Amino acid sequence: MAIVERRRIYEGSRIPSPIPTVLSTPAELEGSEDVMRINFGPNHPSMHGVLRLIIDLDGERVVGTEAVIGYLHTGFEKTMENKSWWKAITYPERIDYVGFQNDELVFVLAIEKLLGLEIPPKAVWMRMLLCELNRIHSHLVFLGTGALELGAISMFWYCFRERDLVLDLFELVTGVRMHTRYFQAGGLAEDIPSGFFAEARKFCDWMPKAVDDYEALIGRQEIWLERTQGIGLLSAEDAIALGQSGPVLRASGVDWDLRRAQPYLAYDEVEFGVPVYTNGDVYDRYRVRIDEMRESVRIVEQCIDRLEGMQGEPWIADDRKVVLPPRHELHTSMESLIHHFKIVTEGYRVPEGEVYVAIESPRGEKGCYVVSDGGARPWRVKFRAPSFVALEATATCMHEALVADLIAIVGSLDSVMGDTDR
Amino acid sequence: MTFEGVPGLVETREEHGETTLVVDPARLREACLHLRDREGFNFLSDITPTDYLGWGKRGVAGYYGTEQGRDLNATAGLGVSVASQGYGRLPRPKLKRFSVNYHLLGLRDGAPRVRVQVWIDDGETLESVIPVWPTADWHEREAWDMMGIRFEGHPNLRRILMEDDWEGHPLRKDYPIGGEPVRFSEER
Repeated sequence: MAIVERRRIYEGSRIPSPIPTVLSTPAELEGSEDVMRINFGPNHPSMHGVLRLIIDLDGERVVGTEAVIGYLHTGFEKTMENKSWWKAITYPERIDYVGFQNDELVFVLAIEKLLGLEIPPKAVWMRMLLCELNRIHSHLVFLGTGALELGAISMFWYCFRERDLVLDLFELVTGVRMHTRYFQAGGLAEDIPSGFFAEARKFCDWMPKAVDDYEALIGRQEIWLERTQGIGLLSAEDAIALGQSGPVLRASGVDWDLRRAQPYLAYDEVEFGVPVYTNGDVYDRYRVRIDEMRESVRIVEQCIDRLEGMQGEPWIADDRKVVLPPRHELHTSMESLIHHFKIVTEGYRVPEGEVYVAIESPRGEKGCYVVSDGGARPWRVKFRAPSFVALEATATCMHEALVADLIAIVGSLDSVMGDTDR
Repeated sequence: MTFEGVPGLVETREEHGETTLVVDPARLREACLHLRDREGFNFLSDITPTDYLGWGKRGVAGYYGTEQGRDLNATAGLGVSVASQGYGRLPRPKLKRFSVNYHLLGLRDGAPRVRVQVWIDDGETLESVIPVWPTADWHEREAWDMMGIRFEGHPNLRRILMEDDWEGHPLRKDYPIGGEPVRFSEER
């Protein structure tokens, strides 16, 4: 069963009514001179970009909350409708700019599902490897900035040191540190460069020690515990009703991970644990992510083991209607030249249909709904953004919170505003 | 899994390994309650409206075709000249202008998923499913903001991504891209 332990975090439901995402000021405080309405953000260093909260304070106590989003709305979905399929792959990474590799994956998987394209094993394992590196990257950003917001400044430097190592690996493989555009429909854009595995192994040896360091720094630190334990409670039932996913859901005692429940890529062939905690507070959300970093390192190691035996194998499917022909063939083969020209100018066509693909991104269920009319451009692209959904839980988590807890709560939900606003 | 007991079920489709239940819009909430309580779909992943205005009529590269497939001699009755570039085959016509898709998930072994689909025209409304899944709140606000679909019974149906005084619904197919580049250029 999904819920590991029916632990009563609190009685009943705390989801506000009638509006589930707005904590309204109690009637007896309405109009009272003690209540001060504060505008938090969108330009505030602890608002993760451009989140805006309108909060009602009664002294230090938060009595009303409403989240206002949309300050980073860029119309990605509309833009993608006007790009050919393979040009549209560039966009998802910019949506969730911290979990970029996972976003790229979900869109590419959706195209492949419509095309019915089989991808070679080397591409499957490399995708998995990069997605797990990206998960580590995302959790490092969470931990670094989340701790920074609570005053643990040194954590930020340590986390961003390791984050740089991850980005170095991305640069080595794709030439770009973020927004790599490395996944193509059919496989990978290029072969894995020599020397990558040695560097990746070095990282895998180092990373668990770094996680030990983080835990030594704050895991048992009194101030950190005071500020995170028992704060921002969310019960399993409320988390499910509010559509929470990923680490937020697992910290509330729900044993749910799409990598295991509905395996994609080759997640059914690797061994990894799914950390679950049951207190549903900020501290447990932090614990889940710390543990997930260790598990991701394990997955990366298993991917390297597999990939090292695949050298010389193809990294992209051999389907000339979808995949660019090898560069050298353009000088010798008329067919290849035509295919190259058609794919680059018009783009490939994707058969008519609609699919919904979901993966476990660092922030939870990242879904991609795609409709094709059989043309060279998507008819409709919609992303199920886990950050968007996570912010719906702010009002519920803010129950009896103090203004200082607010920062910890918003940080623990780990929203990326690009993902929220799309 | 069979879905014959779902209230207002119009059609069940299986495509790409995904189940789509087309449901009568008037009985949407009833159907959702049934799916949550009887079939165990306790998790609403997403609400996705799609605008099908101009479906099958746009000119993209290639030859224009008919429903049966590619036909070089097809007349221009489709609104696009024969020599223009179009599909390999015409997409199947849609029931109405908008489809609204509710992507449901059951948090249990096998991770069953189902898509509840309702079809409406411009101006028609849907029942809010907030009483079924509270997470629908922002999804419905986004559907209103981006597509202009109204949800009856939503306690706070305001714009969410665009500004409160924005005009139009940007993800509709008749909403231009690159219309007026500077918003206040007419106001001196």
